[in-house]
Amino acid sequence: MSDTFPLKYTRDDFRSDQVVRWCPGCGDYSILAQVQRVMPRICAETQTPRENIVFISGIGCSSRFPYYMDTYGFHSIHGRAPALALGLKIARPEMQVWVITGDGDGLSIGGNHLIHAIRRNIDVKILLFNNRIYGLTKGQYSPTSEIGKKTKSSPYGVIAQPVNALGLALASRATFIARTLDTDSKHLQEVLLRAAHHRGTAFVEILQNCNIFNDGAFDDIKARDVRDDRLLFLEHEKPMRFGAGGSKVLIPSGAAHDTHFAAVAEAGHGMDRALVHDEASENEGFMYALANMDYPEFPVPMGVLRAVEQATYEDLVEHQIEEARERQGPGDLQALLDAGECWTVE
Amino acid sequence: MSHSEAGREEPPESPELVESVIIRFAGDSGDGIQTTGALFTQDAAVSGHDISTLPDFPAEIRAPAGTVAGVSSFQLNFSSRDIHTPGDRPDVLVAMNPAALKTHLADLIPGGMVIVNEDSFTPQSFKKAGIKSDPREDGTLDGYAVHSLPVTSVTMRAVEPVGLGKKNSERCKNMFMLGVVCWLYDRNTDVIERLIDAKFAASDPKTAQANRLALQAGHSYADTARLVPHRYHVDQAQLPPGKYRRITGNSAAALGFVAASKLAGRTLVFASYPITPASDILHELARLRNFGIKAGQCEDEIAAMGAAIGAAYAGALGLTATSGPGLCLKSEAIGLAVMTELPVVIVNVQRGGPSTGLPTKTEQADLLQAMFGRNGESPVAIVAPQSPSDCFDMAIEAFRIATRHMCPVFFLSDGYLANGSEPWRVPSPEELPAFGATGSLDADNFQPYARDPDTLARPWVTPGMPGLEHRIGGLEKQDGSGEVCYEPENHERMVQLRAKKIERIADDIPLLEVFGPEQGELLVLGWGSTYGAIRTAVERSKSGGASVACAQLRYLNPFPSNLGEILDRFDQVLVPELNAGQLRLLLRARFLKDVQGLNKVQGQPFRTWEVQEKIDSMLGLNLRKLHGGTADSGSLSGDKQQGAIS
Repeated sequence: MSDTFPLKYTRDDFRSDQVVRWCPGCGDYSILAQVQRVMPRICAETQTPRENIVFISGIGCSSRFPYYMDTYGFHSIHGRAPALALGLKIARPEMQVWVITGDGDGLSIGGNHLIHAIRRNIDVKILLFNNRIYGLTKGQYSPTSEIGKKTKSSPYGVIAQPVNALGLALASRATFIARTLDTDSKHLQEVLLRAAHHRGTAFVEILQNCNIFNDGAFDDIKARDVRDDRLLFLEHEKPMRFGAGGSKVLIPSGAAHDTHFAAVAEAGHGMDRALVHDEASENEGFMYALANMDYPEFPVPMGVLRAVEQATYEDLVEHQIEEARERQGPGDLQALLDAGECWTVE
Repeated sequence: MSHSEAGREEPPESPELVESVIIRFAGDSGDGIQTTGALFTQDAAVSGHDISTLPDFPAEIRAPAGTVAGVSSFQLNFSSRDIHTPGDRPDVLVAMNPAALKTHLADLIPGGMVIVNEDSFTPQSFKKAGIKSDPREDGTLDGYAVHSLPVTSVTMRAVEPVGLGKKNSERCKNMFMLGVVCWLYDRNTDVIERLIDAKFAASDPKTAQANRLALQAGHSYADTARLVPHRYHVDQAQLPPGKYRRITGNSAAALGFVAASKLAGRTLVFASYPITPASDILHELARLRNFGIKAGQCEDEIAAMGAAIGAAYAGALGLTATSGPGLCLKSEAIGLAVMTELPVVIVNVQRGGPSTGLPTKTEQADLLQAMFGRNGESPVAIVAPQSPSDCFDMAIEAFRIATRHMCPVFFLSDGYLANGSEPWRVPSPEELPAFGATGSLDADNFQPYARDPDTLARPWVTPGMPGLEHRIGGLEKQDGSGEVCYEPENHERMVQLRAKKIERIADDIPLLEVFGPEQGELLVLGWGSTYGAIRTAVERSKSGGASVACAQLRYLNPFPSNLGEILDRFDQVLVPELNAGQLRLLLRARFLKDVQGLNKVQGQPFRTWEVQEKIDSMLGLNLRKLHGGTADSGSLSGDKQQGAIS
C-alpha cells in the first residue's frame, strides 16, 4: 500500500447494514459507537485500508460486534477467537486484527487461548468487554463476578474469587495492557487509538454495564459522585493523582512487602513523594500490585498500564523463514521428495 | 574392501535363494529396536526389495527394563516380488532378552529361526520376564533353529577402543545383532554404516564409530562362526522403473501437504498439538521453514483447529493433525468450518480407543466420528489413504477437494500407516496436477454464499479484497447473502445445500476400481490401511480358483459413484475393518445390502490369513477341514489370534 493512499474514511464507512440487536441501554452500543468513530483515524494513522481490517469474536453478547462493523468479520465459537486470530495473522501478517471477547468468553471458556495469545505477542488487539455477568444465557455469574453475588446459577452467592483481567494479562506478559469504560467515550477512543498503534498483543479491558442482568455493574466506582475518588487514570510519566481536582496521590508505603506497595495521601502532603507511572516499568512486583489495585482499598487503575516493544510472533515466524532460506536456500520440492537414501529401478 | 571379506581364505558358499523373508526384531524399548528395524529396512529397500514394515511399541517411553510390558518390536517383510503387507508370521525372530522371546515366540513359523542374546539370559531376567526356567533348556524352543550368541560381551570388546564407557558401549549391542542379520541375508554393512554416519558422524563421532564397530563385529562374528550352513539371498523386486525411497505414512502425508501448497500456490499453515501417533507430521513440517511452511504447536487441540480455520479464512491452506482423543476436542470448531464453508484439512491418525485407549496401536474406529461426530447436520468429505506411500497422493487430494469444494476434509490415516513403511516411487513435481478454487467471484453482485453451479462451492473471499467486506460465522446463514437468518425454510435449504455440496464431490473423484473379476461370488471391500492384507488374501484365494475380487475405498464421503453398482454385481460382500463394523453400517444404510463384516479390534492390523480364512468360509471352501460346520458367520474360535468375527 502506498503512502499516498488517501484512506479518508468516515464513521459511516464502518457501519454495516445490520440492525444492531443489543438490549436498549446496553453498554455495547457506546463501545460500538466509539470504535466506529475512531476507526477512520486509526486507518489514516496506521495506513490501513478498510479491507485489511478484521474483527473476530467468540460467543456472547459482545461477540455480535463484528456483524455491525463494515469490515471483514468472523463470529466464531465460544472462547476461540484468539485461536482463529493466530491462524489469520500467521497467514496474513499485514491484516489488522481485532478480537472482541467478553468476561465469560475470554476469561472462562477461552481463558487458555487468551493466555497463549498474549504470551506469544501476536499482533492483535483484544477488546474484552467485562460486565461481570453472562448476559446472552440470561444471567449466570461470570469469572469476574464478585464474591457473594447472587445470580440464577449462584442463588446462595458466588464463592469463587474473581479474576482480575489486568493481573492475568500482566502475568501472561502482555506487551500492552489497558482498561477503560464504556461510558467514557473520550477515554475509550484514546485507549483504542493507542491499542491500534501497538505492535503486538494489545489487551484492553472495557468495563461495561449490562442493564438487564447486572445493572450498575460498576456503579460503585464509576458513578458520577464517586468516580473521582475511586478511579485512577494512569498517564505515562505523570504522578498517579486522583480525587477531585487531583487532590490525592499514590505514595510508596515504605513497607518492604510488595502487596503494600503504596498508600494514599492527600496531594498537599505527599505530592513530592507521589509515584510516577511508567508504562515500561520493569519492576514486576510493583506493576502486578498496580494492576490488581481495587476498590475499596485503592482506586481502580484506568488507562494504559503497560506498553513495551517486543517482536511479534508472526514477525518471528517470517524472520525464521527468511533465515532458513538464507541458510538452506528456498525450498526445492524435488529435492525434498528426493531426500534420504534413494535408489533407482531401471 | 568390505571388512567381511578381509582375511577370508575359502570362497563363500553360494547362498540359498528365497523369495521373501519376514523378520521380527524384539527387545526392550530402550534397546534401540525401532532404530535397528528401520536401518535394516532401509538397507533392504536400497537393495531393491519390495518392503513392508510393522513397528509395534509400548505407549510408555521406558517401561521397566526386561519386563514384558517394555517389549518393543519391528517386523519387516522384504521380498523379490510385489508385496502389500509386513507379513503374518515371522520366519526369523531376533530377541534381545527373555521378555521379548516370551512375547513373540508364539508368532514364529514352525521351525523358524530364533536368534537371542545369550548374555541377557540370566535368572534375574527370567524373573523380570515372568518365566520360571531357561527357555533354551526347558524345551520351549524345541523345533526351532536357535542361535544363542554372546551379543553383549562381544559388543563390549569390539567397541572398547572407542572408550565410550560401560553403559554407552553396551547400547551398541543392537548394531552387533544387526551385523549378524546382515550376514545372514548376504549383505555387506556399507549402506547401514553410511546411515549411521549420516546420523552421528558430525554431532557425535565416537558414537558413530562405536556403532560401526559393533555392526562390523556382528557381521564378522556370524561369518567366522558360520552361524548357518549357508546364507540366504533375496533377489531384487521387479518394481516399475523410477527413483524410489522408503517412506512412512506420516512422512508421505507431510510431503504431500507441502506439494499441495505448491500446487495450489498458497501458503501452508499447519497448526497442531502433540499427540501419538500424529506428532511426526508436526516434526516433519516444522523443519521446512525454508519452504515457507508455517507450522506451529498450539496450546491445545482446539486452538490448533481454530488456527487452521483462521488460516483458511485468510486464504492459506489450513491444516491440522491429531488422533482420536484430539479429534473429540476439535469437533465444535470443525462444525464452524462446515458452517462457514472453509477449506481445512483435518488429519486423524487413528489409534485404539475410546478415550486414551491404546495410544501406539492401530485401529479404524473413528470413521463414524469423522462422518457424524458433530452437532447438527454437519457433512464433511472424508478420504483414507490405503498404504504408507498413498498418504502422499491422498494428502494432495484432501486439499484439492477442500479448496475446490470449500469444505472441511478428513484424512483418515492410522497408526499402522503412520509408522509403517514401504518403497515409494518418487514423483517429479511436474507430474502432479495444479488445482484451485472454483467459487464464482463477481465483485459487482458479490454474495459470500453465492454458489458455483457445478460444485455448489461458495467463493473463497479473503480479507484484503477491497469492496468485498462481509461477515461470516457459526450462526445459520441466509442462502446467498450469508447474513444471519433464522427462517425455518432457509435453514432446511442450507442443510440440504451443504449436504448436496458434499455429495457432488462424487463427480470429481475417481471411480472405484475392482481387482479381480468384475462380477462373481464375493467382493471384499475395505477402506484405508487394510488394503495390503485384503489384497494379498484375495490374490491367494484367486490363485486357488475362488471367485473373489477386492476393492479398497480411499474416498469414504462421498463414496465413488459406481460403488452401488459394484456391490450389486457380487453375490456376497465382505467388509473387513479394524473396528466393530462402521463402514458396514454405512453401506447397509446407504445401499440396503446385507454386507458381512470381519472385525478385529486388537490394536493390530489384519493378518492375511485372517482375511483369507473368512473368504474361504464365505465361499464354503475348506469348511469341513476348518470347522466341520456350515458357512455361517459365527465365531471362528479356536485360535487365540483370531479377531472377533461378526
